[in-house]
Order: sequence, then C-alpha cells, then structure tokens
Amino acid sequence: MANTLIEDLKMEQFKEEVLKAYPKKVAKKRAKSIVVNDPDAIPVIQANVRTIPGIITQRGCTYAGCKGVVLGPTRDIVNITHGPIGCGFYSWLTRRNQTRTENDQQENFIPYCFSTDMQDSNIVFGGEEKLKQAIREAYELFQPKGIAIFSTCPVGLIGDDVHRVARHMVEEIGADKINIFGFSCEGYRGVSQSAGHHIANNGLYKHLIGRNDNPTRKYKYAVNILGEYNIGGDAFALEALFEKIQVDIIATMSGNSTLEQFETAHTADFSLVMCHRSINYVAEMLETAFGIPWAKANFIGAEATAKTLRKVGQYFGDQELIDRIEAVIAEEMAEVTAVVEKAKLKTNGKTAMLFVGGSRAHHYQELFSELGMESLTAGYEFGHRDDYEGRRVIPTIQIDADSRNIEEITVYPDATRYNPRKTEEELAALKEAFDIEFNEYKGMMTEMKKGTLVIDDLSHLEMEKLIEIYKPDVFCAGIKEKYVVQKMGIPLKQLHNYDNGGPYAGFEGAINFYKDIEMMACSTIFKQMKAPWEREEVLEAEYVFN
Amino acid sequence: MLLRHTTAKEIDRKALTINPAKTCQPIGAMYAALGLHGCLPHSHGSQGCCSYHRSALSRHFREPVMAGTSSFSEGSSVFGGQANLIQAIDTMFTVYSPEVIAIHTTCLSETIGDDMTAIIAKAEEDGYIPDGKKVIYCNTPSYVGTHVTGYSNMVASFVKSFATATPKKRNVINLVAGWMEPSDMVEIKRLTKVMEARTIMFPDMSGVLDAPLDGHYKMYPKGGTTIADMTLTGDSKFTLGLGQTCTEDACIKLENKCKVKFEMLDIPIGFKATDRFLMSLSRHANVPIPEELSDERGQLIDLIADSSKYLYGKRVALWGDPDTLLPLTEFLVSMDMKPVYIVTGTASKMYDERMKEILKDIPEAKFMSGERADMFRMHQWIKQEGVDLLIGNTYGKYISRDENTPFIRFGFPIADRPGHNYFAKTGYNGAANLVKQIMDAFLDHMDRTCLEEKVEFQL
Repeated sequence: MANTLIEDLKMEQFKEEVLKAYPKKVAKKRAKSIVVNDPDAIPVIQANVRTIPGIITQRGCTYAGCKGVVLGPTRDIVNITHGPIGCGFYSWLTRRNQTRTENDQQENFIPYCFSTDMQDSNIVFGGEEKLKQAIREAYELFQPKGIAIFSTCPVGLIGDDVHRVARHMVEEIGADKINIFGFSCEGYRGVSQSAGHHIANNGLYKHLIGRNDNPTRKYKYAVNILGEYNIGGDAFALEALFEKIQVDIIATMSGNSTLEQFETAHTADFSLVMCHRSINYVAEMLETAFGIPWAKANFIGAEATAKTLRKVGQYFGDQELIDRIEAVIAEEMAEVTAVVEKAKLKTNGKTAMLFVGGSRAHHYQELFSELGMESLTAGYEFGHRDDYEGRRVIPTIQIDADSRNIEEITVYPDATRYNPRKTEEELAALKEAFDIEFNEYKGMMTEMKKGTLVIDDLSHLEMEKLIEIYKPDVFCAGIKEKYVVQKMGIPLKQLHNYDNGGPYAGFEGAINFYKDIEMMACSTIFKQMKAPWEREEVLEAEYVFN
Repeated sequence: MLLRHTTAKEIDRKALTINPAKTCQPIGAMYAALGLHGCLPHSHGSQGCCSYHRSALSRHFREPVMAGTSSFSEGSSVFGGQANLIQAIDTMFTVYSPEVIAIHTTCLSETIGDDMTAIIAKAEEDGYIPDGKKVIYCNTPSYVGTHVTGYSNMVASFVKSFATATPKKRNVINLVAGWMEPSDMVEIKRLTKVMEARTIMFPDMSGVLDAPLDGHYKMYPKGGTTIADMTLTGDSKFTLGLGQTCTEDACIKLENKCKVKFEMLDIPIGFKATDRFLMSLSRHANVPIPEELSDERGQLIDLIADSSKYLYGKRVALWGDPDTLLPLTEFLVSMDMKPVYIVTGTASKMYDERMKEILKDIPEAKFMSGERADMFRMHQWIKQEGVDLLIGNTYGKYISRDENTPFIRFGFPIADRPGHNYFAKTGYNGAANLVKQIMDAFLDHMDRTCLEEKVEFQL
C-alpha cells in the first residue's frame, strides 16, 4: 500500500512546478539538486556546491561546523573564538550537546563563551596580540589542559595567524602544561558547515589523536564512536548500552568527550561511524595511521541499534560478547515493541519529510519506518554526493575551488603504533559471513523508495511547495524552519536539537522518539486553527465547491 | 555547578571576553528590518551570519524569521561581493517578491570594503530591482558597537531611504521604537490610542513577530510599518525617540532631512518612564492624559504598595542593553529595591552618566559597560557578595541555578520561555506584569526553600 502511495503522489512533477518560480540560471542549477530516487539505479545528485545567493538556505558556515559541531561538545577545552563578538555568542550553548562530569572538580567549560571580541582597531592593526593576551588571561583564570582557537571571517582577511599564536603561547606557558591549537575555520571557506567538519577533523588528527597511549579501559574490547554529538543525551544512552554489553568506548567524537578521549582514540580496535559527513576523515585517518577499521553504524532506530550492536559482536567474534549482546537486545526490545505498537496505532500510514544535517535525514527514516510512516522526501543541508549515493562515487566527484581550499592532509602508517586490528583476509571473511562493509557507506538513496524525492540544500521556496502539495504529517528540519512549517499547520520535529527532547539514540532513544512522534500525531491544537465562526465559512465554501 | 570555574577573584582582563552581555551589529539590523512591512532582510556576508541571526531570533520569538544571505565564498572574499549581492537581489525579488530588501553588511563584507551604494546602483542599472520596489541598506561592521548599534543603524536607514518632507505637515507624532518586544510596542500603541494621539511607530514588529497560527504561512505578515507611513514620517510634527542608543541616530537624521524636531525618552518601563512618555506625548500631540491612564497608574502603585515588604532593599543584578537597563534600574530604585550589579556590553557615555545619577543613593552599586563588561564579571561580583534577584536574558539561568537565586527573564535572547512577545513590560500594565513576575520569583523561591513551619498561607 505504501508503495502505491508514493507512486500516486507523482513526485517528479514537483520539480517542474518549483523550478518555474526561479530565475532561469537559478532553475538550471537547482534542477541538478532535485532528483527522483531509484534505489536500483541511483541517479546523480548535485551536492556540496555553492548555495545560490538570496535563495534562503538552511545552511550555516565553516566556523559553525568546526567550533559549533565538532569541537563544541568537548568539555575540558577552553574554546576561544577569535573575532568580533557575534560568532562566539551565537555558538554559546545553542547546540544541545550535553556533558556530564563525575564530580564538580572536573573541568567543564561548555557553559562558557570565550571571545577576543575584536574591535575595529584589531581589524586595522591585527588581532594577534589581543589573542595572545586572551590566552594568557584564560590560562591565568582557568589553567585548562587545552585551549582551541577558532578563526572567524575577518581573521583570515587581515592575516592573523592563529597557528603561529598557538605555537607561541605553548612555548610561553609550557608544553608540559598545556596544548594550544588553532583552526582556520573562517566562515567564508567551503560552501557550508561541512568544510568546518573537515577542518576540525584535520585539527583533531594533527593536535590531539595519538598523544596518549594509556587509555582508561575496563573491558577486553574497545571501540570509538565517531560522529555522535550527544544531542539531548544520545551519547549517554550509548554509553549505558556499551556498559551493558561490556565494551569500552575509548573516544566518542565528540559527544560528552574530553581531551583524553581524543588523545587515546588510536588505541581502540574498531571505529563506529555515526555521522559519516562530519567525521569520516578522522575514521579514515585512524585506519591509515593506526590500522583501526571503521564501519558505518546507526543507533537511530531500535532495529538499526540491534544491527549495529550485532556488528560489534561479529567483529570481535567472541561468543560471550555475542551472547551478551543478544541478551541486551532481547531485554531492550521487549519495551521497544510495547511502545512502538502503541504509537503505531496513531502513526501508521502517516508521512514524513526530512531535511537536515549530513546523516540525520538518512538515519531518522529508520525510526519513521518503525512507526509505519513513509518518508516521502529527504535531503541534507550540507551533505556530499557520497552521503546520498554512497562512497563508491567519491572518485568521480569533481573537486571544485571551494573544496580545493580546504587542507587535505596525507596520513601515513604510524612508525611504531600502526597495527592492523584485522588482516585483509579477516575483513573479507567478516564481509562474507555477516555482510559488514568496512570503510564503506552506501548513502541515503539506496535505502529510500523508488519515486521518493531527494533534494539537496532545500530552499525556503521548495519547502513551502513540498508542504503545500504533499501535506506531510510531520516535517523534520531545524529551528529556522520550525515556525514557518507550524504556521502552515504541520508539526515540525527539530532534528538538530530534538525540541529539547531526546535522547533519540539506542533503544531508550527509539522509545523516546516513538512517544514524541505519537504525541505530535495526536496533538489536537492544529485542529483549532480556525475559530468556530471561520469554520462555518469554510464548510460553506466547500459545499459550494463540491 | 554549571559555571564551576567562576570564582570571586577578579583579574584585570584586557583581551578576553567571557559570557558576553552583547552580540554583534547585524542581528540588530535584521531585527529592525522585520519591523518594516513587506521587508525581506538580507545579510551581506557568509552564510553563517544569516543562519545564526535567524536561529537566534526564531528561538527568541518562536516565530518565522526570514532573511537572505549573499553566501560569500572564498572567491567573493577576495574579489568582492558585488556579483553575489546582485544575484541575491535578483533571486529574492523573483522568488519572494518583497516590497523592500533591507541589506545589512557583516564584518566580512566590511573588512573587504564592499561599496553598498555602488552595488545597489549597479543592480538598479542592470534592471534587477523591479519598478516600485526598494533596496535599502546600512553598514553594520560587527567589530564596531553591538547588536544595539546595528538596530540603530537600520532604523536610521529607514529614515534616510523613505522619510520625505512635503509642504503639508500632519498632526502626527512619530514614535521611534527602541529594541523591545512586539508586545511592548502593542502596549505603547494602546496607550497612544487611549490618549487619542495620532502616531506612526517605526520600526513596528507587532503583527510580525507575534503572528497568529491560522494554517497559512505569510512571508510578510500583516504588521510592520508600511512604506507609506514611513514616507509620511517626514511630515509629522514631532518625533519621540524611545531609547537613546537605538533611536537617536534616526531622530537626528529625520530632523536634518525633514526638519521634524524630536525628544529623546526612555522606553516606558516602570512608572516614572511611563509618566514621562505620557506627559511628553500629551504635550507634543496636544492631547490630555485621560483618567483611564491615571487609574492604570494607580493600580500599579497599589500593587507595588501591597508588595513593598518583599521588595524593599532587595539586591538585584541586571544585564542587558542600555535602553532597557536605564528605565528598568530606575523602576527598581523607585520600588526601593537595590540594583547593585549592572553590566552591558554596549558602551555609551550617556548611559554611564545617567546610570550614575539613577544609582546615586546606592553607594554599593557597581556598573560597567562596554568591552569585558560581561556576565562572567557580574557573576564574580555575585560571588563576592550575593544578590536576591537576577534580571536578564536566558544566559542568567546558569547563574541562577548555581547561586540558588530567583531569576526573571528580560531582554534578548529569551530562548527558554514562551510568551514574552505577547505580554508587555512597557506602560503601567507592563510594569505591573514585571512586579508580578518579581513577586512570583521571590515568593516561589521562599515557599520552596523556607523551613516547613515558616510556610505562609497568605501574602
């Protein structure tokens, strides 16, 4: 039935309709970013290209991807924004990357905003001295183990060298006392937050990963969870789950993380990649330099969580671990099933649209499908073609000027610590036996139905049209879209901040999500949009129309 | 502890701002532009600026906030943003049909020195600005001033772009609204209606950032100052600027351009500022203040008198913007409270002088403005000697929890509570709303924390 539904909608017509509204050149460009999916013959989609000025985009900037997304969630680094006050201010506590220390003595700088608050004199005469002084003051006040510097637009233009300042200040304070590192993540680099993820990944590798060979370990097996930012406590849910199956998480990048986690990440035996877009570079580097294989993981959705956990068991090939994992899955699935069955009474057959992030628009389709809901259309805000079509297309992606200016670092096997955790044969055997794909992500489009629409970098116009024509039951996006969509009478689920809900990861998260979507499906307030006297008019109008 | 690294020991900071009590110019310009009917704000810079501003404003108002961006790339940063801006103008007029596009610059476009007049002229010349449509702009370099400056600059650009003097003067008073909530504007307009004064308010975010949910999304909601009205401001007989840092520039420009004289007033927060507003409006519009408003004032005084036992001598810490801090502090002093710590990231000599005057009978009061007059410093003062109440934006909740101090939300942004765009804090009714919030905060705190035998049934 569901399949027919999508075919009935004839979504290919959308493209024609929406493109008419654009100036010719704009229409020509947007046409390549709007495709009708066919999982058996995945079409090429244009992604990670410049946004058309004035089109009203969801996208943000490189600084947001670097400071806000990747480095922001680590609690014991003092993150200093080098620039005018705004960038630091807007990235202050606005992402819900929660963190939890064991006691009040441990460091936690997440509730703080640090900025050099550049003034016009700093723009004219340079801001390096102010930055140095700011670092001195931060050290005097807080004595952190790490200070990171984030460049904003004017910094690159006036030629402040944050890396030189970082080196200088390490020397001044003492390399035994502090690690200071800078990021050239000016907002104008790249075409979206994605460039910032890449720059952050490079920085993690250059300045943090591999600095400490002695991780805190409890169990026999240890993994990294990469691209998990602890929004709404997702990482907490996963930490609890891994505690149950008795596998150590050496590093989560970067939800609920510490410097030590980054520094010891190279000692794990397996990397699980959640958000492919924002962290695949580190996953690759850990593989190349230290021999840690990575596989795409998904903890969004109960089935997906079970599948990912099983992957961990199969990878280590330890029967006791496999049994523990099966026991945990069986135990957790009991409640999951009860909740989902109840929710499904309200959600089954409903429709969703997802436009968010670089992986979430893919992952959350799992949860909707568990609720019996159809994802009609989806797209990323800052994804690349590989996130849509799969990594197989990477060699064919044209490198344009906007990607070329982001540093590509070449990584070599570490002289002493490179240690392939599995031989080629073992990896091949795992693939053969369990279909675990290593260093691979097949993208969102393989898992979306034929006839669904995939749109990259959705514009406001396209969003309005989608809702107008297809009237989904739930629309998923972010804060900028939230109230627009709700004014149209459609509930919007924020998948950046979960509308202060969550966690949504793991079994616990799936249960939360089912309940939240059930609540949205049952919310009666949207039925009250018309006053009683207005409703009569509507009835009358319909009567005449019919 | 949330802010566990904050201690009582201050150091002489010269470079590092921690937990700012301000943000950057462009967001103020974007907010102000939303107060013009049919206007689409546009951010000339990197995408992130626009995204951050729209997000911050959306979180605060829980309303759609639309704006375009020039989406600078590294190339445009080197070669200039002309091509991007012209394309943006074309795209926005074609796709979103605004009446006006109000452009503000960013630190990026300012640092590279884009000439906005020249670029807009080029867009006009090339036929990208449809007949009858307007493109206006203001310069808002983020490294000068604060969000308040950006607001002021955009409001001044309304005057520069639209206000026109004709020989026909009208018996109308211009009200230039400083940074306040739509609800505050609704209340001020209600007061002028009760007085039967004819006014034009600009900018006017009521009907824009407090729009009803009716199943239809309107990119340009009902509210906002119309261009027609904005043009007519040049023929008004007088202007009242509400909040000096946000509106003085616009008032001066209007006087220079159209010879409309003006008076600077505070945003009418608290009874004294409201008294001054009503008397000034009465004088300049030549209308009496009706009994209805005297009664409203009396009700407010009654409420304060009933509450005075709980208000007297209470120490308060505040942070926010000069235009709201001045009348708010004055209001607290007029209720015999003690505003002891006040910080704002927005520096102004006028502010410092007036604040000194308002606090002259509270020798223990400390206030600071400008760079590094931040919430970290205020929290350090609180660590040195505590307060009974915090008043400011949502960032205060972290201090409130750590210090177990009652907190009421005021200013921008209020990201964690709804309703501030519906319930005014201006006028006598707004002041009553504030007193109620202060009392609720005190009494709820007392009821939760006092000994069981001390729980009181009555006020």
